[in-house]
Amino acid sequence: MRAVVTVTGSDRRGIIAKVSGFLFERNVNIEDISQTILGDQFAMIMIADMSECKMGFAELAKELAEMGEKIGMTVRIQHADIFDAMHNI
Amino acid sequence: MFNKFDVLETIEMIEKEHLDIRTVTMGISLLSCIRATAKETAKAVYDLVCRKAEKLVPTAEALSGEYGIPIVNKRVSVTPVSLITAAVPAESGVVGKALDDAAKTLGIDFLGGYSALVHKGTADYEEVFLQTIPEVLAATERLCSSVNVGSSKSGINMDAVRTMGEIVRRTAELTREKDGLGCAKLVVFCNAVEDNPFMAGAFHGVGEADTVINVGVSGPGVVQHALSFIPDADLTDAAELIKRTAFKITRAGQLVAKEAAKRLGARFGIVDLSLAPTPARGDSVAHILEELGLEVVGGHGTTAALAMLNDAVKKGGVMASSRVGGLSGAFIPVSEDIGMIESAAAGKITIDKLEAMTCVCSVGLDMIAIPGDTPATTISAIIADEAAIGMVNNKTTAVRVIPAPGKKVGDEVCFGGLLGRAPVMPVHEGDAGKFIRRGGLIPAPIHSFKN
Repeated sequence: MRAVVTVTGSDRRGIIAKVSGFLFERNVNIEDISQTILGDQFAMIMIADMSECKMGFAELAKELAEMGEKIGMTVRIQHADIFDAMHNI
Repeated sequence: MFNKFDVLETIEMIEKEHLDIRTVTMGISLLSCIRATAKETAKAVYDLVCRKAEKLVPTAEALSGEYGIPIVNKRVSVTPVSLITAAVPAESGVVGKALDDAAKTLGIDFLGGYSALVHKGTADYEEVFLQTIPEVLAATERLCSSVNVGSSKSGINMDAVRTMGEIVRRTAELTREKDGLGCAKLVVFCNAVEDNPFMAGAFHGVGEADTVINVGVSGPGVVQHALSFIPDADLTDAAELIKRTAFKITRAGQLVAKEAAKRLGARFGIVDLSLAPTPARGDSVAHILEELGLEVVGGHGTTAALAMLNDAVKKGGVMASSRVGGLSGAFIPVSEDIGMIESAAAGKITIDKLEAMTCVCSVGLDMIAIPGDTPATTISAIIADEAAIGMVNNKTTAVRVIPAPGKKVGDEVCFGGLLGRAPVMPVHEGDAGKFIRRGGLIPAPIHSFKN
């Protein structure tokens, strides 16, 4: 399944490396990365393929959120279908 | 494919503007549970509901985690209990208690369907059933009750309207120590729908399949936020923006509804295109109307603004869902909407204005506290007025008023949680007793004869 990982917070060095390394270790393949600035906030959006990942979704989401806390960022993972549903006819 | 701005917009809607799925409600038919005695029926009901809805809460929580969108309420609606206990109506409370126990076992906050459909006439067993409602609502925590007293096709059963005024009063008295909380779990309908996922009026109609998933969406904060970016736009453009926003909100509901139904082995019933407020700031239907340019909700212009909002929500929502139903529209419960609460406390919105508003939106006079000494016939008259609006306009209307025991105008009742708090509002003093005591049936309007 395809998932969307979003990282928001104050910009700091090494965020992309940290998050992509974390996903790589868990067999999550990153298909696309984009980033933008929202006001004074940094936002990074990754499209990821989870088909090779052995972990359950809830477990991965929990670990991602904990990793985010450690680096002072908010990290979420969501099923891509929610964005497809809301933004495409 | 979506772009990064779509992703961020969705996240902002959820995290800052209170976008959520308001309820995933499983409708369960109880018709297979009818046994020779109330006790046996109650056991069959408890077992069936617990088995069918066993995975409702964990499934909804898993979906919420995967899609990253809160699913606030997980609920169950059942076949109107009056039909299940028709042979032993005086013991209906035994089944009510079993349903309340099932709700506790399942970990859901409300279960709806302690209901009767008496719009064309009250059968003997239904007469007995109706009289059990106050005691059952006082003795249970999570059970909700509703009674349909009229329809556009059949007219209004004024004998039932009279009875329900008394039932509402008695329910308030029996839950006196909780400000009449029992009345927050009791709805009197005209044109009740069979697939409503929202409490307290949800029940599972006899025309429905065995087990169905109905979903109610929400998002007043999202609509208000979107409108805040176009403060000077004309109303055509505002309506278009509301439509687009409602489309997105509803698509999230449609996705959750289909997936929940699949995982729970149930049919996907409907998505209810609702704007359901909560007492939280930033989650108010009243504030949308104020964003459109009203100084305060309840003033002149409120009905027009609400009509536009309601219509735009439906148009955007219908496009977004393959199956639409339930109550579908903006809700205006006084105690559950911070904008309504503040307007009512300041005396800026009256029960008359609320009645006018119910002509153009879903659903009716909802969660309104009235003085505790309001006569039962006056409550019946309020129900009759509201039912007449529903009957003539081919829409669902409802009354959920709380005659707060021992309280008078200016006092406040507080239920807490999603039920919120409500200032006690004045009602008219003119006596309608004679009109109500006449009884009989108000005939259906001429335009209902469409065959």
